[in-house]
Amino acid sequence: MVKIKGLDRMLREHPFFEGMGADVQGIVAGCASNARYEADQIIHHEGDKADRFYLVRSGVVSIEMHVPGRKPVIMDTVHDGEVFGWSWITPPYRNSYDARAVQLTRLVVLDAKCLRKKMKKDCAMGYELLRRFIPVMAHRLTSSRLQMLDVYGSPKRGG
Amino acid sequence: MVSPVGAFAAPVITDAAGLGVLVAALGVDGRRVIGPVCRDGAVVYEPVTKLSDLPLGVIDEQDAGVYRLKKTGDSRYFAHAVGPQSWKRYLFPPRQSLWSARRRGKGFEIVKDTPAPAPEYVFLGVRACELAAINIHDRVFDNGDFADPGYLARRGRALIVAVNCTRAGGSCFCASMNCGPRAEQGYDLALTEIVGDGGLRILIETGSERGAAIMAGFEAPLADKSDLAAARDAVRIAEEGMGRKMSQGARKALGKSLDDPRWDEIAMRCLSCANCTLVCPTCFCTSTKDLTSLDGKTAERQRVWDSCFTLDFSYIHGGSIRRGTAARYRQWITHKLVHWHEQFGMSGCTGCGRCITWCPVGIDITQEARVITESFVKGG
Amino acid sequence: MSPLPALNDPMLPRPFRIERAWRELSDTFSLYLVPQKGAKGFAYRPGQFNMLYQFGVGEVPISISGDAAEPLKLVHTIRAVGTVTDAMAGLKRGDVIGLRGPFGTPWPVEKMAGQDVVIITGGIGLAPLRPAIYHLLANREKYGKIIILYGARTPNDILYRRELEKWRGRFDISVEVSVDRAGHDWAGNVGVVPNLISRAVFDPLHTTALICGPEIMMHYSVKALNTAGIRDKRIFVSMERNMKCATGFCGHCQYGPHFVCKDGPVFRFDKIRKIFSVREI
Repeated sequence: MVKIKGLDRMLREHPFFEGMGADVQGIVAGCASNARYEADQIIHHEGDKADRFYLVRSGVVSIEMHVPGRKPVIMDTVHDGEVFGWSWITPPYRNSYDARAVQLTRLVVLDAKCLRKKMKKDCAMGYELLRRFIPVMAHRLTSSRLQMLDVYGSPKRGG
Repeated sequence: MVSPVGAFAAPVITDAAGLGVLVAALGVDGRRVIGPVCRDGAVVYEPVTKLSDLPLGVIDEQDAGVYRLKKTGDSRYFAHAVGPQSWKRYLFPPRQSLWSARRRGKGFEIVKDTPAPAPEYVFLGVRACELAAINIHDRVFDNGDFADPGYLARRGRALIVAVNCTRAGGSCFCASMNCGPRAEQGYDLALTEIVGDGGLRILIETGSERGAAIMAGFEAPLADKSDLAAARDAVRIAEEGMGRKMSQGARKALGKSLDDPRWDEIAMRCLSCANCTLVCPTCFCTSTKDLTSLDGKTAERQRVWDSCFTLDFSYIHGGSIRRGTAARYRQWITHKLVHWHEQFGMSGCTGCGRCITWCPVGIDITQEARVITESFVKGG
Repeated sequence: MSPLPALNDPMLPRPFRIERAWRELSDTFSLYLVPQKGAKGFAYRPGQFNMLYQFGVGEVPISISGDAAEPLKLVHTIRAVGTVTDAMAGLKRGDVIGLRGPFGTPWPVEKMAGQDVVIITGGIGLAPLRPAIYHLLANREKYGKIIILYGARTPNDILYRRELEKWRGRFDISVEVSVDRAGHDWAGNVGVVPNLISRAVFDPLHTTALICGPEIMMHYSVKALNTAGIRDKRIFVSMERNMKCATGFCGHCQYGPHFVCKDGPVFRFDKIRKIFSVREI
């Protein structure tokens, strides 16, 4: 029980859960566990089963794409207080990118199967989680679009 | 408002012969008289030495995209309205050399061309709207941070003989801009043509010491009350004859309608040809041209008239800011009617109507301003 | 500020000799200029720009990127993006170019005293801000927190990298750099600069932000600053438009009611808020 209590507090302190009702938080905490990744350690690969969702407590996680014949490209980094991983929400529940710890990183990991089951049963809780997820996704999407613009690119390179 | 006239000399009254004497008197002491003459089917501003150079009895039919001269039996020399040119081509020439440079060793030497002293122009036939335009340029070329010495020199030497309009042109709307048709101030002399039973009479008012000096040698009877009243009536005919007017509230409405769909609609008609900016007496945009001799030893910088209707005008590395015609038309009209107030404390439009007449597709600034103003008021 | 007089005839370039020219990035270089015979040094303020003239080619506006406290060490950082700047990329020690200036409004470095300062910049936008950074560091005690957030295309495109690293090494200033894309050899941030704003810690009620970069990047930075609680009156941006005369006569740099050359390039954001989001203005 002590372990759950600790996680409960961690969730409460994480910005993603700011202002969330204690009841919903309690349900989510039931699916949570702690994880620690050393620098350079892969958290998940593209194509892996997406059965987890991550909250960064401390550290840096890089979101990477792999193109055959090229070096891996870091598209984004995720930092303290941020979240990553949403492939777990929709079928086929497969990760769409690699996630790697850039430095020693501590995460709260939420079990997606557990969450999905609870969300299906408790729509209010499901809505509460998605309501928090969608702005994160929208923000990430806008950032990616901005990156696509290559705003610092040289006009001569056609960028 | 107190007229400045009385401070210098009392108004006199003369006839066509007297006007001829005046034209001759203006051209002495090395002064160059520029006035209206007919050329290539238009009234343009060119050197004038004698009365017969002036367009006697010529009137212009003007409308959106329309300009035709017509010779009539009218006894007036200034019955025409404004033509395609304005006085800016003399005070603010279309092409000016700023400096030249010569290569010297690894470097170069910049030589400011010592310009010939500005000619002492006499502008004969400056209309109230044009006087207002000159007044605007006085502010533009001395903006509080910087002054253009070339403009100021030419302007300082120029003598202005205004003509109060007694006939409205088909595109005129100066009255609604509070710029005319009567020249209230800023002239050295002002003429008003009065057509009566006894033929053409001309009222001459003096507005400055320089004007008074010219009038000192001019013998003519003082104008009496009935002459002054007749002159006022003649100008009133012009005022009442104006078929166009600028909408009240256009400044506010346009300033708050930068996203109005009407801009796209105008862009379907506008050719982006820049005619309106070239005929406009207040448009002042220029570009610099750096010229180099073929041997690469000398270079020159020129300042040339430019127009916000060109794609290049807003170019910064990578592309132009105003890529579409809608944005360029919006820039032009909002600059004139909205942003000019914030930049210079006055409107950039004097109601001369040239942009309407000389637009090849007849886009009418008063019409576009009205449509946007009305839709703004409706949208509240 | 400095006892040196400003130049007077604003349309006439004065000859300046290249004392040193060096490469900053693959397409970016810096020139250290000294006055030639017939020209004098001059005082300038952080954020101002000069018009630089390449003989027989043309003239371009370039921000001054040196230390305004040492006005005789006149440095410009230039990106080769067109005919004139391409020609300038070939300049060597001893060559001569023409200079008019300084022009434009400065960063409000004095008025920000007592505030936390967030500097948000990307690409070559760091060059016009460097004089402001020098001023802040030279007068460190007058300011609260100083935070520099810088974005670049890739780790190889980071301007003034050594200086950024040096500043980052100080205990009294925080520097975050983010790149748009990177490989595994980069252990820093990846992502757009506005994302750095939400991670930075400052007192929103007592913070002044200075922004210089591509317009779209400034657009999202202002949004992020507003979200963080900084009001428009405390945000300053440096705008870029086509500048030909730099004296408000040629009309090219008009931006709504403003002439960027003399009412800008540095604007307090509330003054341009209404037109900032209007397209093609």
